[in-house]
Amino acid sequence: MTDRRIRIIEEGFFRVLMFFSTSAIVMVLLLIIISILVKGLPSLSWEMISQTPRGGFYFGKEGGILNAIIGSLYLAGGSTLLAFAVSLPVALFMNVHLVKKVKLVNTVRFLLDLLWGIPSIVYGAFGFTVMVYLGLRTSLLAGIITVTLFIIPIMIRAMDEIMKTVPRGLLEATYSLGSTRSETAYRVFFRQCFSGIITAILLAFGRGIGDAASVLFTTGYTDRIPTSLSQPTATLPLSIFFQLSSPIKEVQNRAYASALILTIIILIISVLARVFERRYFKHKINF
Amino acid sequence: MGFFQTKRNLRNNIHHGWMLICLVLVILMPLIIGLGLYYKSYPILSTHSLAELLFSSSWHPQSNKFGLLPFILSSLWVTLISLIISAPICLLTAIHLTQYARKWVLRLMHPVIDILAGIPSVIFGVWGILIIVPFVSNVVGPLFNKHLSGFSILSGSLVLSVMIIPFILNILIEVFRSLPTELTEAALSVGASKWQTVKYVLVKKAFPGIISAFGLGLSRAFGETIAVLMVVGNVTRIPTGVFQPGYPLPALIANNYGEMMSIPQYDSILMFSALVLFVIVTLFNLASRIAIVQVEKHH
Repeated sequence: MTDRRIRIIEEGFFRVLMFFSTSAIVMVLLLIIISILVKGLPSLSWEMISQTPRGGFYFGKEGGILNAIIGSLYLAGGSTLLAFAVSLPVALFMNVHLVKKVKLVNTVRFLLDLLWGIPSIVYGAFGFTVMVYLGLRTSLLAGIITVTLFIIPIMIRAMDEIMKTVPRGLLEATYSLGSTRSETAYRVFFRQCFSGIITAILLAFGRGIGDAASVLFTTGYTDRIPTSLSQPTATLPLSIFFQLSSPIKEVQNRAYASALILTIIILIISVLARVFERRYFKHKINF
Repeated sequence: MGFFQTKRNLRNNIHHGWMLICLVLVILMPLIIGLGLYYKSYPILSTHSLAELLFSSSWHPQSNKFGLLPFILSSLWVTLISLIISAPICLLTAIHLTQYARKWVLRLMHPVIDILAGIPSVIFGVWGILIIVPFVSNVVGPLFNKHLSGFSILSGSLVLSVMIIPFILNILIEVFRSLPTELTEAALSVGASKWQTVKYVLVKKAFPGIISAFGLGLSRAFGETIAVLMVVGNVTRIPTGVFQPGYPLPALIANNYGEMMSIPQYDSILMFSALVLFVIVTLFNLASRIAIVQVEKHH
């Protein structure tokens, strides 16, 4: 009887613990968002997001961080585009052309997971060596190359996860109608997985825009909005980092506002990704 | 008809070629990264022995002394403590979500985990400075009767543990989901309670998967840069306690890129640090992934 009692108490104890750890995770997320909101909102102004830094900006004078916002969008946009040009063919190749070579595909997945695990600072250091090797200077282009390398494995794996779920029957049906492999890949698979591909692109874009360590060596930093690929550029994460390390109160407060802007951008991307994930598309065949 | 056919075939071949090139590039990527970093760290390796670089604690770049031991040990401290904090939370939550929780809890937790995973490193750093550093300084410090600035190994670990929670949790949920339902049914049918089933059957069966999830979390934590750098203090010394500041390896690389060109061999030692980071993280990942694949084979 007592033995049974202990068991019941034990189960109850652990259920309470489980409940607490689950709610702790929700609480921490709320705490992060609320603290950024509370600290950032008072300093957030239209001036912040519509102007580039003026003289004396880093001493708390006028100006905004438009240079960093635009720079980050250029950087993440460019590298997402470049990564897409590599990732889509690889993901399609793995799931259409190599569909029968299970061992090979699994090895590729394994390698991609390894690449995914490499820290972004290592990509940054590697990007720097590539930059020096190619004779480039710190520039938007060098940053785009680095971030592209960094987000390719993320994009491929996300696309791959969606394409894995397409039934074999669809593949066989298109072949039996006489389509070539690339037609099956780009016309049928691409449309069937369209919403998942958009989600993968958004995921990679979010990673690209939020990462600081990979662009630390390669993009440089400037107060101007870049007008060509060979110019250096500011990025939002680095601008937050630099402003926060200032001893001046106003500049620090603006760092919090910048952090709020970045958080909002990331939240929008994440909501968009969710919307696309569920959306029904005209060309999708439902099995 | 003939022309149309060749055009389609041609297009097919072009696509095939491009796909193959991309795939080969991606497969060779880890090798290229490793070789690129090795090439850049060759100058330092040719003048200093590997053992000296890795196990000497004397870091004086000006006088040509490059011992990475303080940084490697700081990294180990921060990483291990963050895992100790996050591991039980992740395990309990994963069990809760896969075995006990109602559907709506899962539906709520999915976006929570996703958003937490998507928050940029620098935002975690800002949050760490806003909440964690004052917490360590004002709450934890007095608790141990100490005057702390708050910028310490403990702060770094706390921030890091939050960052790796979504990562570990996702893998753990996957691991528990991949367990066959028959296992639970069999245990329940011989009279085990729900908790006994979890404790003696599921956790036991999932044990290798759980360990690999922690391993992957550890390697993710090891390479995390900006967030840790912002709260850990960055003092070059071998840490002997959690309240002391530390200086992890990624922070060393990130902090010194500016001076890279002014001191001889400085760029080379930083690239060597990146190489060390790459090798450690990849080895850890490799071991954990292999363990996970082995587990999946068993089911």
